[in-house]
Amino acid sequence: MADLYEALAAPARRAILDALRERDGQTLFELCARLSMHYDLALTRQAVSQHLGLLEAVGLLTTRREGRYKYHHLDTTPLGAIVERWLSPSRSTRQEGET
Amino acid sequence: MKIVVTSVFVDDQEKALSFYTGTLDFEKKTDVPAGAYRWLTVVSPGDANGVELLLEPDQHPAVGPFKTALVEDGIPYTSFRVEDVQAEYDRLQRAGVRFTQPPVAMGPVTTAVFDDTCGNLIQIAQMH
Repeated sequence: MADLYEALAAPARRAILDALRERDGQTLFELCARLSMHYDLALTRQAVSQHLGLLEAVGLLTTRREGRYKYHHLDTTPLGAIVERWLSPSRSTRQEGET
Repeated sequence: MKIVVTSVFVDDQEKALSFYTGTLDFEKKTDVPAGAYRWLTVVSPGDANGVELLLEPDQHPAVGPFKTALVEDGIPYTSFRVEDVQAEYDRLQRAGVRFTQPPVAMGPVTTAVFDDTCGNLIQIAQMH
């Protein structure tokens, strides 16, 4: 099981999240085009697919089938755990080792 | 050699003719019987002697899975050039055409992708 921090550690995966913030709900084709033109990332379609799979596994991305098409959506919900842990005042007294 | 005809696989030639001429505004060029189907081509408006697009039946069993896989990933089968991609996007949307990608600036081109209703995604591209 990939974890959230590992998912965010890869620049390519952060670029994918950025590309989905540009426009949510993209096909694989559109994502690949945006990554190469807007983020200067020369990734193969297979590589992008693998990154998408990992992002989906940690909950940062959801896929939606609409008829014969498949769209990818950003889901920032898992980032809430990061904010909670380090930025939320009520949790500032948490002990080291807690998750 | 010279490219005279290129093709797109369609699930129904009559429906394809209607969409490619009635909605996309291509013009019918050749329409002759060919076995169970027709040799059916269209050309760009005002360019009757230009490259012809053959609306080819997609009956071969390999074509269906191929088209399905491309469409699922949003990959266009072919690309047509337009003068103003935003204007075409607006016009075709008003005509009920379904886009999987709105106009996006991609460096030297701006592209958009729509469904041709015959089993293919088609890209339109404006050169800058």
